[in-house]
Amino acid sequence: MTDNIIEVRDLVKHFPVRVGVLFKRTVGHVRAVDGVSFDLKRGETLGVVGESGCGKSTLAQVLMRLEPATSGTATFEGRDILKMKGGELRKLRRDIQIVLQDPYTSLNPRMTVGDIIGEPFEIHPEVAPKGSRAKKVRELLDVVGLNPEHINRYPHQFSGGQRQRIGIARALALRPKVIVCDEPVSALDVSIQAQVMNLLGDLQTEFGLSYVFIAHDLSVVRHLSDRVAVMYLGKVVEIGTEEEIYEHPTHPYTQALLSAVPVPDPELRSSRQIIRLEGDVPSPVDPPSGCRFRTRCWKAQDICAQEAPKLVTRVANHPSACHFAEEKSIVP
Amino acid sequence: MTTTQSEVDFEEPGQVPGAPLLEVDDLFVEFRTRDGVAKVLNGVSYRVEPGETLAVLGESGSGKSVTAQTIMGILDMPPGFITGGEIRFHGENLLKASARRRREVRGSGIAMIFQDALSALNPVFTVGFQIEEQLRLRRGMSRKDARKRAVELLDQVKIPNAKGRVRQYPHEFSGGMRQRAMIAMSLALDPEMLIADEPTTALDVTVQAQIMDLLKDIQVERNMGLILITHDLGVVAEVADRIAVMYAGRIVEQSLARDLYRKPGHPYTQGLLDSLPRLDLKGTELRTIKGLPPSLLNVPKGCPFNPRCPRVQDICKTEVPPQHRLAPGRLSACHFAEELISGD
Repeated sequence: MTDNIIEVRDLVKHFPVRVGVLFKRTVGHVRAVDGVSFDLKRGETLGVVGESGCGKSTLAQVLMRLEPATSGTATFEGRDILKMKGGELRKLRRDIQIVLQDPYTSLNPRMTVGDIIGEPFEIHPEVAPKGSRAKKVRELLDVVGLNPEHINRYPHQFSGGQRQRIGIARALALRPKVIVCDEPVSALDVSIQAQVMNLLGDLQTEFGLSYVFIAHDLSVVRHLSDRVAVMYLGKVVEIGTEEEIYEHPTHPYTQALLSAVPVPDPELRSSRQIIRLEGDVPSPVDPPSGCRFRTRCWKAQDICAQEAPKLVTRVANHPSACHFAEEKSIVP
Repeated sequence: MTTTQSEVDFEEPGQVPGAPLLEVDDLFVEFRTRDGVAKVLNGVSYRVEPGETLAVLGESGSGKSVTAQTIMGILDMPPGFITGGEIRFHGENLLKASARRRREVRGSGIAMIFQDALSALNPVFTVGFQIEEQLRLRRGMSRKDARKRAVELLDQVKIPNAKGRVRQYPHEFSGGMRQRAMIAMSLALDPEMLIADEPTTALDVTVQAQIMDLLKDIQVERNMGLILITHDLGVVAEVADRIAVMYAGRIVEQSLARDLYRKPGHPYTQGLLDSLPRLDLKGTELRTIKGLPPSLLNVPKGCPFNPRCPRVQDICKTEVPPQHRLAPGRLSACHFAEELISGD
């Protein structure tokens, strides 16, 4: 098991729902992440897909220790991330970095690009002694495909794609082992999105990075991921290699999700199998009993309301949390 | 400079004689800003027939939404200025029409739905009230009749429990429901033509699929013309009859959907298709379009795509390419369009 750089077991994150102005009462919990387990192997990319509200971004925040977990464990190289303190936590922050979705709000508009990318060195001076920082920042700009001359410019002087590159350079500054990418390309136009995706791929090879790649776009996730976890309402419903999930999905939600993705080929319009889900995702404050997907599932039986299906291998060769897991090829 | 675009005839096989439903003809719009004049639309022409879906495809800043706003007459003026061209609805030039006449067309002639349903709906009125408002003002219906009609409309867009929902406020609706409510609102005055500006961009894929199905059903049922503005090549492939690809305020390619995906007639379209990660293909490196879209304050000379184009020649840097007619209903604004289509 030494090959796993991150191991997450039964991770739970609930946010209390409070009412009242002065005397706040807790009236319930948003079960954002509700018992998630997975491993991230060294050098691989784990894709996490799901619709809004499925808990994928909360998962990223807990892994980064930006939010405390409610229960469960998450270890990085064998040490529990959730219990770290002081120096150990600071060391962790060198090893795990994050790239955020919105390149417009994740960069301080009043800092120059040089200051933004160089700021991590202020906190971790051991990585780059003071005299060498400007040089390091220039190198980083070059690595992410920006002009090193632009070190004194401000974020507003860059386009969306370029800003995302700045965010990536900042994440790379401390030579991390893991980068959590939270929807890094969803705010970008198609032609720019491809550039940033290629960059992320190149950097992984160059620096031997492991990625947790969170996105709602299944095509993007397939392109970059070695393994994929599909989330629904705070739970992983299916996990497997990229090929297992896309070619041999066994969970009805995965199948519906795949069939809903429009394929850019008009010739396939009539030949594709279409599964249309009814209604919306239920509220994570009050998720359905048993299997959380049962309210929208066409296979739902009585057992689905009573017993939550475990994430175990039933058919095919990968785990799927459905009582009636069954392989079905969706992608043409 | 782009007079060629106005000379283009769009004759489709089997086209009905008489004026088309909507025709945008050589439209020029600029924004006069403090930083200079941004040439947002530079001779845009397209037409839509009843029952037809035209997808207008383009990245941010390509001018696809400004065209729609100009058609609807909701362009902010200033800073926007219409400096040339016509928009004809059943042959009538809307740009010359009186404000009163334009108001008549809006809603009952051409209606529009927007990307962000939450900000397009008024948070302090019930969804029902917002649908009824148009019926009472424009159709002179009584409150009671308007309410009845609003419930019917919500029912048509498949909102469960329409009777109860009609009394709720937008914040009580989920994202997909809000988009449905907005569609219901746009249908209230039975428009002949609907413009949908990125209707599903803010929605999850499973909900997006529901909304696209709904739009399609409604369109077929009412034989409406539909302009679908989007940047999503996947959505376009699923619903469009014809596609107009925009770049830097110009239409660079216009084609039947099937032909465009089979063999793009413009290097930009080619680049877009190549840079798309595919669900059904696990590629290695994505082929990208190098560089960035141009600033509209300073559009490159000649073909606006020339700094990013892999096939660029000297002529591209000096001369704006005319619209080449590649096949009936198929146009490409590239000097080398014929080679692109026949060659490789």
